[in-house]
Amino acid sequence: MSEENNHIEKKYFRSGISAAYFFLAPAMISIFVFFFIPVIAAFIISFTDFDIYSLGNYSNLRFIGLKNYSDLLGNELFWTSLRNTFYFVVAASPLSIAVSLGAALILNSKLVKLKAVFRLAYFIPVVTTLVAVAIVWRFIYHPRFGMLNYLLSFIGINPIDWLGDPFWAMPSIILMSIWKNFGYNMIIFIAGLQNIPEQLYEAAILEGANAWQQFKKITLPMLAPTTIFISIITMIGNFQLFAEPYVMTQGGPLNKTLSVVQYMYQEGFRWWNMGYSASIAFVLFIIIFAGTMLQLKIQKQTA
Amino acid sequence: MIKKIALYLFLSVTGLATLIPFIWMVSASLMYDGHASTYPPRFIPDEFTLYQFQSLFSRLNVARNLFNSLVLSILVTIISLFFNSMAGYAFAKYRFAGRDKLFSLLLSSMIIPAQVTMLPLFLMLKEMGFINTYMAIIIPGLANIFGIFLIRQYALSIPDSLIESARMDGATDFQIYKSIILPLCLPILITLAIFTFMGTWNDFLWPLIALTDNSMYTLPVALANLMGEHTKDPELMMAGSVITIIPILIVFFVLQKYYIKGIMLGGVKE
Repeated sequence: MSEENNHIEKKYFRSGISAAYFFLAPAMISIFVFFFIPVIAAFIISFTDFDIYSLGNYSNLRFIGLKNYSDLLGNELFWTSLRNTFYFVVAASPLSIAVSLGAALILNSKLVKLKAVFRLAYFIPVVTTLVAVAIVWRFIYHPRFGMLNYLLSFIGINPIDWLGDPFWAMPSIILMSIWKNFGYNMIIFIAGLQNIPEQLYEAAILEGANAWQQFKKITLPMLAPTTIFISIITMIGNFQLFAEPYVMTQGGPLNKTLSVVQYMYQEGFRWWNMGYSASIAFVLFIIIFAGTMLQLKIQKQTA
Repeated sequence: MIKKIALYLFLSVTGLATLIPFIWMVSASLMYDGHASTYPPRFIPDEFTLYQFQSLFSRLNVARNLFNSLVLSILVTIISLFFNSMAGYAFAKYRFAGRDKLFSLLLSSMIIPAQVTMLPLFLMLKEMGFINTYMAIIIPGLANIFGIFLIRQYALSIPDSLIESARMDGATDFQIYKSIILPLCLPILITLAIFTFMGTWNDFLWPLIALTDNSMYTLPVALANLMGEHTKDPELMMAGSVITIIPILIVFFVLQKYYIKGIMLGGVKE
């Protein structure tokens, strides 16, 4: 019996193509059914009035064309969430990339021993659970007992209600997110720096270039592909801001930290306005797509 | 020399600053109620206690959430490693119609944010009766495109002659996969295993949507939920954060070499 099975198996696998399909099938079927179909379904749902009544009985579902999208564009809260998300992306992405690059340059310097130790210290926030560290930072930002205000008191800064003040809430989330993420890009930058041929610097030194000139004329151009990759993945990640405001501010104060994903989550999974929520998800997708294309285009022009 | 000292000083200060939140977290988790809410804040507990951990495990049943997180992260890691490695191998070493088109379709769809899929996925899993079960977390994690990509890139470097000679010896395709490809791909499999384990452990939005009951919550969801009722109990919340972070740090410390390599691989390849 087992010999016969073995024989069938062999015969089946002889033709390389059926073996390829055998290996591909589990992953491709899962990705098709649980990723591609949902993407298409979300697109369709975004043109319907899918809500809590449709959830109970699908026959209540109606196509309403572009109404969700036009409602969205007329909704003050959506624009608020979009503004906040852009604020976060535009401020946090370049800052965190700059910090990552700075850390990578220092750690790549020949003067530094114990590189692995410092690298580890900078990297630990990356692997830790976002929700857990967001909770830690919520207490660090505490207006009365928080560590931050205490440390700032030494340089004469009066206590600030970091997360409760509409002006400071988003910068606080940005600071925390830079702290959490810069180690990741730092590692990629270090890899990029190590790929720059040493001779380039030697030649530049012979010609009398100072450190700043070397950085500007060699390091930055040679790192350009790495930098564009980093800025794309950082931007995509930052557009998906959710857990930090969810845990630290619940989108407040005065909706100053409400993000697009959080707005989508609320509409879809708290109020069950799933058609409307799907349209938010798609607008986010379009923005991320456009942002990525824009960065690729800039890369092509500068290259 | 002065430059060197300045550099070390800078690195030490910033390194310490990076770690301060963790130091304070651990310290506050070992304090009695109210002892972390003082001015000036304490860096070291005045009295050490495991009281917060006791109440998390006895009163708040966090053991159950820890169990959920562990089981789900391990299951998703094992299953997806299996699925991804098979597909990655097929993309690297088989010729079949539409291979390159399919692969570039997969790669370009990586730009679609997961949030887009969440509403229909929720409805599908609800129809299947999987919402608030382990299946709700496992199913969307069965395979992932980044994992397939990583393994394909790695498997490309395996010489064809190795596979050919095994085939001559009468090995079936599955035997080749099992006894040649998998062992040779071990470093990248470990890398991918850490990525997947950490990704599942740290994930928040999807578990928040798909798990609806406290006994089914993973640690991050349970923690966020707990935060709602305990905004004035930093000591308890820090203990919860410690429990959530420690397992992931252990995995990282043991396997950090592979993890760092994986990030470099993903970054430089592009």
